[in-house]
Amino acid sequence: MIVKKLKELGRYMLLMKKVFYKPVKRPILARQVIEESDKIGFNSVAIVTIISFFIGAVVVIQMAINLENPFIPRYLIGYATRETIILEFSSTIVALILAGKVGSNISSEIGSMRISEQIDALDIMGVNSASYLILPKIIAALIFFPMLTLLSMAVGVLGGYISVLGLSSLTPNDFITGVSYDFKPYSVVYGVVKSIVFGFIVTSVSAFYGYYVKGGSLEVGKVSTKSVVTAIITVLVFNLVLTKIFFKY
Amino acid sequence: MIKVENISKQFNGGPVVLDNISATFESGKTNLIIGQSGSGKTVLIKSLVGLHEIDKGNIFFGDACFNTLTDNEKKIIRQKVGMIFQGGALFDSLTVMDNVRFPLDIFTDYTLSEKEDIVHETLKRVNLSKAVDLYPSEISGGMIKRTSIARAIVNKPKFLFCDEPNSGLDPQTSIIIDNLIQEITQEYNITTVINTHDMNSVFEIGDKVVFIHQGKKWWEGDGKTILHSGNKELNEFVFASNIAKLAKENLRDNE
Repeated sequence: MIVKKLKELGRYMLLMKKVFYKPVKRPILARQVIEESDKIGFNSVAIVTIISFFIGAVVVIQMAINLENPFIPRYLIGYATRETIILEFSSTIVALILAGKVGSNISSEIGSMRISEQIDALDIMGVNSASYLILPKIIAALIFFPMLTLLSMAVGVLGGYISVLGLSSLTPNDFITGVSYDFKPYSVVYGVVKSIVFGFIVTSVSAFYGYYVKGGSLEVGKVSTKSVVTAIITVLVFNLVLTKIFFKY
Repeated sequence: MIKVENISKQFNGGPVVLDNISATFESGKTNLIIGQSGSGKTVLIKSLVGLHEIDKGNIFFGDACFNTLTDNEKKIIRQKVGMIFQGGALFDSLTVMDNVRFPLDIFTDYTLSEKEDIVHETLKRVNLSKAVDLYPSEISGGMIKRTSIARAIVNKPKFLFCDEPNSGLDPQTSIIIDNLIQEITQEYNITTVINTHDMNSVFEIGDKVVFIHQGKKWWEGDGKTILHSGNKELNEFVFASNIAKLAKENLRDNE
């Protein structure tokens, strides 16, 4: 089992070496990055916005219920909500959402190309198929994961503010005071850096499983699921590692 | 010319798929590899184009020993190679025009209008001028094969490989595709290697025929001598087809 996983890791490393080795001409790469940005970035704006809004709203309600104590200032609910959303929720949840949405799409797209011999056709033409297919997706993810994370941060806090309007135990002013209290831009940088790492993990892991699929359409479905599960677990492991690195407690 | 010298291949210590095969495929001729399903002919053609690494032997493209070249040197040879896959292997997201233009986009510095002129000329050659803006999902099996041929020849290759180009096609379209491949081979003086078990192709376009059986080269000849080979395994394969039986009867009648 461990040997098998190590072999898989080695194969992944070799694939990444191939991905970054001599990409296609710049105009072609640029055109592909724009196409992938549409699929990975713009098409994910709606789902990220909706999920971030509702989770932000729910976080505030839960905070308000659980911090119902005369010794705790009410503005701390806004503060805790902001920290939760910026430090952990946005970058991690966005990565998990996109692992499901974008990751499964990447592995099934590349997997289908493998079983229909389109990747073989690229290789025979002398095109670096790994670079041609995977690099634009990685670049698009490195650009759009941070943007979507920033969007999620803003919409999450907005969702929290809207839900405050329906609460009797917390005023909007208290919430705004809390949200702006002791704000450290470093937290946003931390969230953005994490999202860049997560973007790389989601796209490269999904592409890896699709690229090496063998068999038929049944296997493409299986690797699609496997890639999502592996990407999610890897994101969570790296979340822990990055938190340890950024906050040395 | 492509020359194969004593090549062998087995996967992960399993049974030997290719066993010491040697053959020469000449330019300007349609060279056919025939054999039963599972005989190793697809592995042979995929080894020739470098999709499988061989365990033993040498493959020469002209004077260059392909299997000992560096990746960059292989890339140069590959730009002279065209391949027609069994299912066409067209890029689903691209139109017929974009599929055929793809090798030009990647490897040439022509302007867009120059590339489009070349593509139109090539599509005209394969009789597909009316399908330029259609996607692979919108065209028939025969049109997919013709698009695949157009993509394979748009860069004027020196070597053309076809993996069962007639599979899934009706007999009439099969003949059209066979004739098209033969015409292109002669017109551009390409070394064409075709993997098939279609006996009609063997008789129609078999300038040279190599019969593979259980991973070994069993017989070598052409579409005319195949009926008189006297080789038991080859005869079992050839005369399983009614076309071959009829062809032999016709020959007897003529004699």
